[in-house]
Amino acid sequence: MKLQLSDIDDLARGAAILGTGGGGDPYLGGLMLRQALLDGGTVELIDVEELRDDAFALPFAMMGAPTVIVEKLPNGSESIAALRAMEAHVGKKVEAILCAEIGGINALLPLVLGARLGLPIVDGDGMGRAFPQLQMVTYHIFGVSASPMTMADEHSNTVLLQAKEAIEVERIGRSVVVAMGGMAQVCLYPMTGADAKRSMVRGTLSLALGLGRAIHVARKSSTDPFEALLRFLEGTEYYKHCRILFEGKMADLLRETRGGYAFGRARIDGMGPYAGRRMDVQFQNEHLIAQEGGDVRAIVPDLIAVLDSATAEPITTEGLKYGQRVRVLGISAAPIMRSSQALAVFGPQAFGLTQPFTPVEVLNPVEASTAPAVEEKS
Amino acid sequence: MQKALRIGVDVGGTNTDAVLLCESEVLAEYKSPTTADVSSGVVAAIRDVLTSAQISAARISAVMIGTTHFTNAFVEAKNLASVGVLRIAAPASLAVRPMVDWPSRLLEAVSGHVEIVGGGYNYDGRPIAALDEAAVRHAAKVFRARSPGGIAVCSVFAPVNADMEVRAAQIIREDWPDARITLSSEIGRIGFIERENAAIMNCALTPMAERVVASFEVALRDLGIGAPFYISQNDGTLLSPDSVARHPVLTFASGPTNSMRGAALLSAADSALVIDIGGTTTDVGALVNGFPRESSIAVDIGGVRTNFRMPDLLSIGLGGGSLVDVKDGKVTVGPRSVGFRIREDALVFGGKTLTATDIAVAAGYADVGDRRHVRHLDRSMVEAAVDEIHRLVEEALDRMKTGASAAPVILVGGGSVLINRELRGASSVTIPGHAGVANAIGAAIAQVSGEIDRVYSYEKIGRDESMRLAKEEACGNAVASGASTDSVRIVDVEELPLQYLPGAAVRLRVKAVGDLALSESRL
Repeated sequence: MKLQLSDIDDLARGAAILGTGGGGDPYLGGLMLRQALLDGGTVELIDVEELRDDAFALPFAMMGAPTVIVEKLPNGSESIAALRAMEAHVGKKVEAILCAEIGGINALLPLVLGARLGLPIVDGDGMGRAFPQLQMVTYHIFGVSASPMTMADEHSNTVLLQAKEAIEVERIGRSVVVAMGGMAQVCLYPMTGADAKRSMVRGTLSLALGLGRAIHVARKSSTDPFEALLRFLEGTEYYKHCRILFEGKMADLLRETRGGYAFGRARIDGMGPYAGRRMDVQFQNEHLIAQEGGDVRAIVPDLIAVLDSATAEPITTEGLKYGQRVRVLGISAAPIMRSSQALAVFGPQAFGLTQPFTPVEVLNPVEASTAPAVEEKS
Repeated sequence: MQKALRIGVDVGGTNTDAVLLCESEVLAEYKSPTTADVSSGVVAAIRDVLTSAQISAARISAVMIGTTHFTNAFVEAKNLASVGVLRIAAPASLAVRPMVDWPSRLLEAVSGHVEIVGGGYNYDGRPIAALDEAAVRHAAKVFRARSPGGIAVCSVFAPVNADMEVRAAQIIREDWPDARITLSSEIGRIGFIERENAAIMNCALTPMAERVVASFEVALRDLGIGAPFYISQNDGTLLSPDSVARHPVLTFASGPTNSMRGAALLSAADSALVIDIGGTTTDVGALVNGFPRESSIAVDIGGVRTNFRMPDLLSIGLGGGSLVDVKDGKVTVGPRSVGFRIREDALVFGGKTLTATDIAVAAGYADVGDRRHVRHLDRSMVEAAVDEIHRLVEEALDRMKTGASAAPVILVGGGSVLINRELRGASSVTIPGHAGVANAIGAAIAQVSGEIDRVYSYEKIGRDESMRLAKEEACGNAVASGASTDSVRIVDVEELPLQYLPGAAVRLRVKAVGDLALSESRL
């Protein structure tokens, strides 16, 4: 499938929802992709099954502070420098590019690289959402090594990082990012086609595109965007358990930065069918847990999205503010991300939570189609 | 000694309004149609308020003008100059060229030559590269030949360090002394693309802004007003004519801001929600410390993304002309409206369309048109429609409230007749006099502000010291803009920790405002 100019905004919107509050604003990634397509590049999405088992496939991502990328835009050759450094080190030509993170800006940047080099992009990623650390990917869960990782800045300064543990790649890589001015373009988890087939969360690029498009179409035809969003997600393999968990008004917001992460907690006071109730959403860059009183309503790695209650526009944790009218959605993560090995790396305990992982459909057995907020609309 | 007199003028798309104010007392008001050349309408309005209050022009201490003229000109792509863009960022940023997602209509009207040269800063002020002065020199020559309208200069992290933008302007002026140059650091915040867009918009409007400001100057002189005049900006504070000639974009969205500030004065409230009900829409905004709460999301103007300081407004489709419909036993009001045709189409005016105004008349609390035309309406339907009107307003109110407790509400606009009940969530509802010229009043009472938006390292100098420095600089900026020193106060502090960065980097945004230092009237 070839991506069109008119797909960019939809893909960006879908990626922002799957970013679950983090992942960085896809807007700038969208601009870069627009530029790459206007310059004559094409984005070719392929299914992972189209890869030969011995093909060399390489994930690509931006690592750094969202506040830096809004000022210091990439030039497009950092990513190429990182990729070439990897090819030189491994001694193989890259045949396809993979996404590491479908949530946020990293859904779009690999497409920009693919368009610039004429390389296909495999439809899928390593998270099915966004996460704050580079070991939090299915590639790692399935035993693909995070290193060698290559990193490059806007001067095409490159760093090759080799470490035994993914967590060490994350730790050392983070300090290189700072030295590179708060942002680096990275290639990591170099793998074969066979690796990609067993470790990828498949099809998430087309899912993000479809999700963004469903909302876009609903808004254009003045129908309920939440209805459209739920119907779309229900029809997907991974995200089919989706619930409107809550609706209310942002009543309190607590933020602090620790160790380079944005931690915080948002309190939402219920409105409409939820009047008199209260939900707390806790985040570390991305939303981690949504609770009502002591009851967990959704917990990582399931997706928690906070959306504007009228337009269904996703709101990032940075964009949360007092008084906003929001709806909170709980969405099931792909089964590949709910295994015990996966939960050990990005389950609740990896984020210091004490509550065990329980699937959103178990916590909220009511089918979405009969949830009160939706019923009211129809 | 006599009290200072001031005149406030609001130049809207349809009407030009003027008020003559003695402190907060309205001595005269006037509404006239906006004229194509803007300034003759302003002259007519000012002359009228002076005549009706029998005040001589010489007694006026200051004239404040609010106008949506520049916003409209940009959105309609009218009278825009073709400008050059000098981006100081290479080797960063090359993946996105300037104006890549602008609507083609505006792109054609504005776009001149683009140059991207070496330079810019990192978040910590360390240069990305040294400023490529030779490239700037070369660019200046090309710009002069191809984009005579002016040059928009934008450097990476210019809000952290503006030195390279300033230096580039110096170099351009060596060869082209009277070049019109907009520096992004003078008008925008963090957010490169948005700031670059703002600089380009500004530069494209500058030649026209110079003409409009000059015509205001001539008009006031002809009226015999020797007092200084000011133009209001987005946040409800004032700019000197000279600043507007250089930075016309700062006036974008001053219209709703003035209307809210005027409502605040008329009702003597400092923090309140303002509901402005017109013919088609209802705008709800929040006043905090006497100023409109700002929107935190990116604002599109004519399809171009910016990060201007804009009032946070909620618009809903409810007004005096809103259509009232009954469907499956449920009564709906709006969002469709008869708009300006209300005097022909509404039932009370002998028309055939059931509008929100007809409901208010039928319910017996509004006195508009002829109530005999609505006598036949079903009582329970009228009741249900009244419920719906109040429900819509209450819901909008609730969305804009800053806290759970009830807040005072100020109701302005012609459509305010639709409301006759207590509003849930409102501690009080005030409908002040002179509500029709609230925007001109808002312009007249505007204050001056100073702002700072910069990244500080708490690790290096600590939070307290960072705050102190930021507040001091904001106050200094307010005084430099004309505020009287003893009236300056801090109205807003925003602290945004920068994720992923070491050294406890925090972005501080501080705003100070003060009363304009007015010389008392001279006789």
